[in-house]
Amino acid sequence: MIRFIGQRLLVAIPTLILISMLVFLLQKLLPGDPALIMAGDQRDPAAIAFYRMKYHLTDPIPVQYFYWVKDVLHGDFGMSLRTKEPVLTLIMEKLPVTIQLAVMSMILALAIGIPAGIVSAVKKGTLTDYVANVIALIGLSIPNFWLGIMMILLVAVKLRWLPASGYVSPFEDPVQSLRTMAMPSLVLGAMIASAFSRHTRSAMLSVLKTDYVRTARAKGLREHVVVIKHAFRNALIPVVTVAALIFGELLAGAVLTEQVFTIPGFGKLIVDAVFNRDYAVVQGVVLCTGVAFILMNLLADLGCLALNPRMRETA
Amino acid sequence: MTFKRLAFTLAIATALATPAFAANLKIGIGEDPDALDPDQSRTFVGEVVFASMCDKLVNIKPDLTIIPQLATSWNWSADATILTLELRKGVTFQDGTPFNAAAVIANIKRSQTLPESSRKSELSSVDKVTANGDYEVAFHLKSPDSTLLATLAARPGAMKSPTAFGKGSAADFANNPVCVGPYKFKSRVAQDRILLQKDPNYWDAKDFHFDAITYLPIPDPTVRLANLRAGDLDMIERVAPTDAKSVQSDAKLTYAQSPGLGYNGITINIANGADAKASPLAANKLIRQAFDLSIDRDAINQVVFEGMFTPGNQSASPKSPWYDGDDPVRARDIDKAKALLKQAGVSSVDFTLSVINDPQSQQLAQVIQSMVAESGFNMKIRASEFGTLLASQTSGDYQADLIGWSGYVDPDANLYQFAVCGGSLNDTKYCNPDVDKLLNAARGSTDPAVRKKNYDAARAVLAQDEDIVYLYAPTWIWAMNKKITGFTPYPDGLIRLVGVAED
Repeated sequence: MIRFIGQRLLVAIPTLILISMLVFLLQKLLPGDPALIMAGDQRDPAAIAFYRMKYHLTDPIPVQYFYWVKDVLHGDFGMSLRTKEPVLTLIMEKLPVTIQLAVMSMILALAIGIPAGIVSAVKKGTLTDYVANVIALIGLSIPNFWLGIMMILLVAVKLRWLPASGYVSPFEDPVQSLRTMAMPSLVLGAMIASAFSRHTRSAMLSVLKTDYVRTARAKGLREHVVVIKHAFRNALIPVVTVAALIFGELLAGAVLTEQVFTIPGFGKLIVDAVFNRDYAVVQGVVLCTGVAFILMNLLADLGCLALNPRMRETA
Repeated sequence: MTFKRLAFTLAIATALATPAFAANLKIGIGEDPDALDPDQSRTFVGEVVFASMCDKLVNIKPDLTIIPQLATSWNWSADATILTLELRKGVTFQDGTPFNAAAVIANIKRSQTLPESSRKSELSSVDKVTANGDYEVAFHLKSPDSTLLATLAARPGAMKSPTAFGKGSAADFANNPVCVGPYKFKSRVAQDRILLQKDPNYWDAKDFHFDAITYLPIPDPTVRLANLRAGDLDMIERVAPTDAKSVQSDAKLTYAQSPGLGYNGITINIANGADAKASPLAANKLIRQAFDLSIDRDAINQVVFEGMFTPGNQSASPKSPWYDGDDPVRARDIDKAKALLKQAGVSSVDFTLSVINDPQSQQLAQVIQSMVAESGFNMKIRASEFGTLLASQTSGDYQADLIGWSGYVDPDANLYQFAVCGGSLNDTKYCNPDVDKLLNAARGSTDPAVRKKNYDAARAVLAQDEDIVYLYAPTWIWAMNKKITGFTPYPDGLIRLVGVAED
């Protein structure tokens, strides 16, 4: 097991290097001059020349990448051109916010989506199944920014049950933190729950047709034991894989949800950074989310190994 | 007994008459500010924050009259090359550093020499600043420049503590700014909030009634208004024109507006690079005049901006004292437009208009597209994000751009650098020495009547050459909780909290 984890982590290093090179190149290919943007509306020529020199903007792309790697290896992820804050500070500020939104959304999504998928699979062909499918499709189809604004107007403005937007850290005020994150988690979670519901239903339907499930029923086991203990455990493997991927995506930042609810997470950070050609911020965030994806994939694989002992032999 | 009763009554009356000192005023702003350093900042919302944090040497009234702030009086030399300012005494920066002539000199020097400073071009006419004692400074100019006083009412005039900016890097100061102002910087979380706390030692502290100000960047105007309605904000800036009527009819909100200082228009590439050579708009000014006459500005204002903005045809708003009333906004005239095209030897014109990819700009472009098609203009619309559009415009990779300018107090700032030969903002590469002469003459006089005469004469030439087709002047719209009183709208869009209180 330790060897398995070690191998996976070793492979992660060239993966991260490749990701950083690709994103760096793509950024540089974008039209627009960051020095011009930084200089502001007066476009002072001296300021433009200074920014180009200081941030090596006129150097060849490989040289610029080399400077960035050199700094990163010294623990310096650079500075935001826009706000003049260290990139690492920005990342450490936004990471807990994004993690909180991701975790809360996932909990909601799993709590709603998996039971819905199980019920839908067990009651296949019935009214319950059709209703669950329709709700899942609606959840997948509704644009989450529209849903978010509608919820703000109803829940915050009309009913005044929850704050309209913003973020409060759980270390500052846990109750207010839950209140500010309730709506964005619900909006994001609703969309993901629909996806989980569909995946779970599909996986359960495959498993419920297998011989061992038929054997379990033939042995006289109660239906809920058959479904949960025998069928669901095996159906969980693809669901765990999908969940890990989705969680990784959430850690990259839910741009539209963060924009609507003004959550200061990775999504907003990276969008603003791209528009302002704030290369160092983009690189830092991409590296961070790359690490998150790799870790999520590793956790997914470990989860599958835990669920399916036969996979441990091949691992 | 009578005296006690009287004293008690007086105390109650005073308490009722005095606005309550509310703890924290929460203001929703449209973007997250950039660097919180007046020398490095380039965003409008940065200026909104500075309005509460960093006093300038002079301020403005809503009618754009320059009034004292950190300078109490001033005078110009006869040839407009020396501006002398008397400074306010007994003022300290938020870190206790005394405000005096030496501090002003240090500030101007920083603005002119700091490599990251975006203020250099605004102070380019200043040769040196000298002190006549502790509370008088003289700005010595390289050439006559009457615009300097208005410039000192904006970011170049914001006074920062020399102790603070002297001890670290420019980035350090931006992360911990120290100025003279009613509120001092407390903390910031990027894209989340900026918290300012009242400075009890501020020279005019009695006129500021909140203990703290929190600025919350909320980019979406619908969400910003929803926050205000939900009670999570006390005030918001830049209400969308489409929401203005609903704010006006909301009994729980107060509505405020002011005509702005800027403009929005179509910048036409006259001579900037290969795209200009290939552009039919650049070929003949009659074609540009025909384009102008094909546009119905009133209709644009009604359809796109709910009638909230001001149709315009000059760099100054029709509501500005610098507007040339002898050249009013012309009505749409398709027949005349077609006649001009015929005179220019064409019956149809194909070109591309580049716009920023936000919904309002695209809607505006679509309205213009359908209007000008009637005259024979086949206009394509190319949407791109701001950074790309800006780069294309400066490099000449465009035929026409739909773009605005936020505007400044002095009319020169809306015109000079855009129109003079080789101007730093002259992306059309328009060049007319006669216009240069008139604009330089306007700069060189401190007499408003002389300046206006020269600006009007320059505009008369530009109105024929049409390198910029002005469309409208935006209106600033604010909304606030009904309990907020004493707010005065200003045409620069900034939120000045002097006298603002919560009942």
